[in-house]
Amino acid sequence: MAAFEPVLLARIERPESHTLADYESTGGYQTLRRVLGSQSPEEVIDEVKRSGLRGRGGAGFPTGLKWTFLPKERKGPTYFCLNADESEPGTFNNRILMEEDPHQVLEGLILSCYATGTTTAFFYMRYEYPLAWKRIGRAIEECYEAGYLGKNILGSGYDLDVVPHRGAAAYICGEETGLIESLEGKRAWPRIKPPFPAVEGAFRQPTVVNNVETVACVRHICERGADWFRSMGVPPDPDNPRDAGSFGPKLYCLSGHVERPGCFEAPLGLTVRELIDGYGGGVWKGRRAKAAIPGGISMGLLTEDEFDCPLDFNGPGRYGCLGLGTAAVVVLDETVEMVDFLHNSCRFFAHESCGQCTPCREGTAWALRILERIRAGRGRLVDLDILLQIGDSIGIIPGTTICGLADGAAWPIKNAIRKFRDEFESYIRRTNPQGYEESEPVPALDWTTH
Amino acid sequence: MPVVWIDGREVELAPDERLNGIELAARVGIDIPHYCWHPGLSVVASCRMCLVETGRRDPQTGEVQMLPKLVPACQTPASDGTVFVTDSDKVRQARAMVEEDLLLRHPVDCPICDKAGECRLQDYYFEHGRERRRADIKPFHSRKRELGPTVRLFVDRCVMCTRCVRFCREIAGSSELYVEHRGAHEEIEVFPGFPLENPLAGNVVDLCPVGALADKDFLYQQRVWFLRPRAHVCGGCATGCSIWIDQNQDRIYRIRPRENRQVNDWWICDAGRYGWKHVHDATRWIEPAMRVDEEWKSAGWSEVLEELDRRFRAAARPALVLSPFLTVEEAYLAVRYFEGLGEASDIVLGPVPREGEDQTFPGGFTIAAEKCPNRRGIERVVQGVTGRVPLSWSEWLEAGIEADCVWITGGYPSAPFGESDAESLSQVSWLVVQDLFDHPVAARADLRLPSVAWAERQGAYVNANDHLQAFSWGVRPPVGCRSEGQVFWQLGGRKRLYHPNDLLAEMAETLEGFSAARPPIAETGVSLAGQRIEETEVVG
Repeated sequence: MAAFEPVLLARIERPESHTLADYESTGGYQTLRRVLGSQSPEEVIDEVKRSGLRGRGGAGFPTGLKWTFLPKERKGPTYFCLNADESEPGTFNNRILMEEDPHQVLEGLILSCYATGTTTAFFYMRYEYPLAWKRIGRAIEECYEAGYLGKNILGSGYDLDVVPHRGAAAYICGEETGLIESLEGKRAWPRIKPPFPAVEGAFRQPTVVNNVETVACVRHICERGADWFRSMGVPPDPDNPRDAGSFGPKLYCLSGHVERPGCFEAPLGLTVRELIDGYGGGVWKGRRAKAAIPGGISMGLLTEDEFDCPLDFNGPGRYGCLGLGTAAVVVLDETVEMVDFLHNSCRFFAHESCGQCTPCREGTAWALRILERIRAGRGRLVDLDILLQIGDSIGIIPGTTICGLADGAAWPIKNAIRKFRDEFESYIRRTNPQGYEESEPVPALDWTTH
Repeated sequence: MPVVWIDGREVELAPDERLNGIELAARVGIDIPHYCWHPGLSVVASCRMCLVETGRRDPQTGEVQMLPKLVPACQTPASDGTVFVTDSDKVRQARAMVEEDLLLRHPVDCPICDKAGECRLQDYYFEHGRERRRADIKPFHSRKRELGPTVRLFVDRCVMCTRCVRFCREIAGSSELYVEHRGAHEEIEVFPGFPLENPLAGNVVDLCPVGALADKDFLYQQRVWFLRPRAHVCGGCATGCSIWIDQNQDRIYRIRPRENRQVNDWWICDAGRYGWKHVHDATRWIEPAMRVDEEWKSAGWSEVLEELDRRFRAAARPALVLSPFLTVEEAYLAVRYFEGLGEASDIVLGPVPREGEDQTFPGGFTIAAEKCPNRRGIERVVQGVTGRVPLSWSEWLEAGIEADCVWITGGYPSAPFGESDAESLSQVSWLVVQDLFDHPVAARADLRLPSVAWAERQGAYVNANDHLQAFSWGVRPPVGCRSEGQVFWQLGGRKRLYHPNDLLAEMAETLEGFSAARPPIAETGVSLAGQRIEETEVVG
């Protein structure tokens, strides 16, 4: 591991890393200059496709492939939406990139826009990032002054405007079509697909939506080439025909009960154990770990026995988790009560469900009510089956919702109860010795607000 | 021909037909439950009640490849080779779960809910729901609030299908309604100071699949299972919307749109929806009355009819004023009777009420400025029978009235006659007015006959686009009132009872302009366009 030199985070320790002068002093915008002068957009797309870069926002869709879904013949404008609505609990890699190295992100954005033939990009940032908002805003101004944005960039004849847009603090705006609706000034209810955004997205025009870290990777692929990118990571799993491999560096966010939380860069394929012990300095206070969230709370849970799970796009799925997600690992130590963990998770999703599809809107709220009742000492064993049934019935995998964020709401329920059922049962027996076997409908708690 | 399979049944579609799963299933008699989908609105696929399994059938091998997940039928097109399964265990489980979800926070106050009896939540619960409630959520009370002058929202009965929101955006174009808050706290709401009061607002009540939106006019008036809907045509304007008249023992309780893709799609305007109040007005005439020494004296119909026949046969110049509220059959009988009186009779089109300009909404629905249902039909009849264009009311009055015996037919919900009209008719020696209510011209009449309202008529109306729709009575008129059709049927010496269908057949045989109207007429009517007629010039 020691041989790995950080790429995305290479500059963040520098005192003035967020300024254009500092960025240029370390070779910034040289790649842009070279690409605009010597490469066609198709060549950039080919390079990105060859690199095997997959989206860093959570779903892991191959970026180059996504770009090729844009219609060949386009009459109106094409839009690029940079998804900086990073709201997955435990995730902060985009924030560090935007705060400490905004020009790296912008150079990647300009290159991605050049490749996809867009002349307007929307920088959609979540509301809760005031420093990133300030620094990105300043960096965009600097780019316009230096001629990296605007008309005829670096004399290449290519025009690009970047429009910063600040969200209003909603988890659902991280879903790509929710983001587009929100950008259009509407309620961020994800759209039904097809049509996919590449065909009809923002303002009914072809639209690309990519994550901040993804475009930062594009910048390095353009600089160092696809072969360099493919030299890191994990090749496709031969047993899984749908795995496209996991290449390149990845920013891992490590938080929770570890000695040294933080954002660490490593090639994809690091195991949870390596991350916690190698980078995070082990579980805090000398305790044992009980579980870890592999990639943001919506990806589910790994037990301590499963800490050899490699954190690549294919790994967590093999352990019953939803996927790699944002690679935000949250460690839970042995003192954590799983009922409390699940209650907290359900509270988040009940609060953030956009409320469009019935199963997610009602299911998340119901799961929260049940967990509140269990914590109030009135749980029943049969509640666990109801919770599992709710969990199994929401998401795009069973097909009951429009967007994939509902799967994320379901996964913590499914993983926590299936992997820690004994703990849930003993909690219920302990706290409700009289009524845990009851199967008749029970009265509700008084309504509480959230 | 594209072939689609649904629950093992093979369905052949026309080459250019575009159906979704729900429409396809309905065609073969399979009901896929749904809340949010409506054929007239955009597809949101959010209620998730219509989930089905789907797959594709390989045309060569006949092998069926099913998708592992469920899909909403409303969003899944039926194209060649598509396979739908709507009755599998998986589908049943999903429906039960959605139904359970929707009832979690529902107050289940069916006993005091107006929708009970025609509520989808109720019907689907019995059909697709679980046997027992498992939820431990205390249902809310049914909080209510006013959305506008005609619509009240019962907040907790709502299932968030957003049909009403989409209607206001897409069809009415006024966008008053929106969704407030998020997740399980969502509610339908209006902005302060911008209530739901567009001219089509009442449709949101029909669209609401549950009891959330209530029409204040109908609220708590009648249980829906006591209502007997009768297909009719609205007489409120020249659009001629197909409607259901929901009545119980000849009292109207509400009017709802009846789907007719050739006229009004699924909508009606509020003026039509609430435009039936005159039918049950206590001041209606309910018996014929003759003026004897400046006093009104009630008379029997047989006595009156004899007197009428005698007077008009003896008249030097009889005149007939045809109300645009008459059906074409009634006008036909009347004109035929007057033609039989001799060459000299005047045939006049009665006053045509107008208000403002035609109003067309973004969804294509039009409220006509002409506030009567059948001007085009009357003109067609007069031209067909006499070969002449009828005189308009103002032309006739301006030309100076030479007629000595005048019969003014009616059915006007509110009188379009003023004092000046009455003045112009002062020279007429014998004036008959058949109408619903008193008005200045009626005050001068020698004989007044109680007519019937449009909701009580039988026959056919021809709307502004020359679309003919036939109908039977919506409610029966009060005892003592007779339609112009019944009166002229009897005066014309016809046997048995007034029967508009036979008349329409006769008209289709004999009249130019009605040849397309050969019974039986489809429920959605028949277009007479192409059979051109000249138009009367109607002034203001």
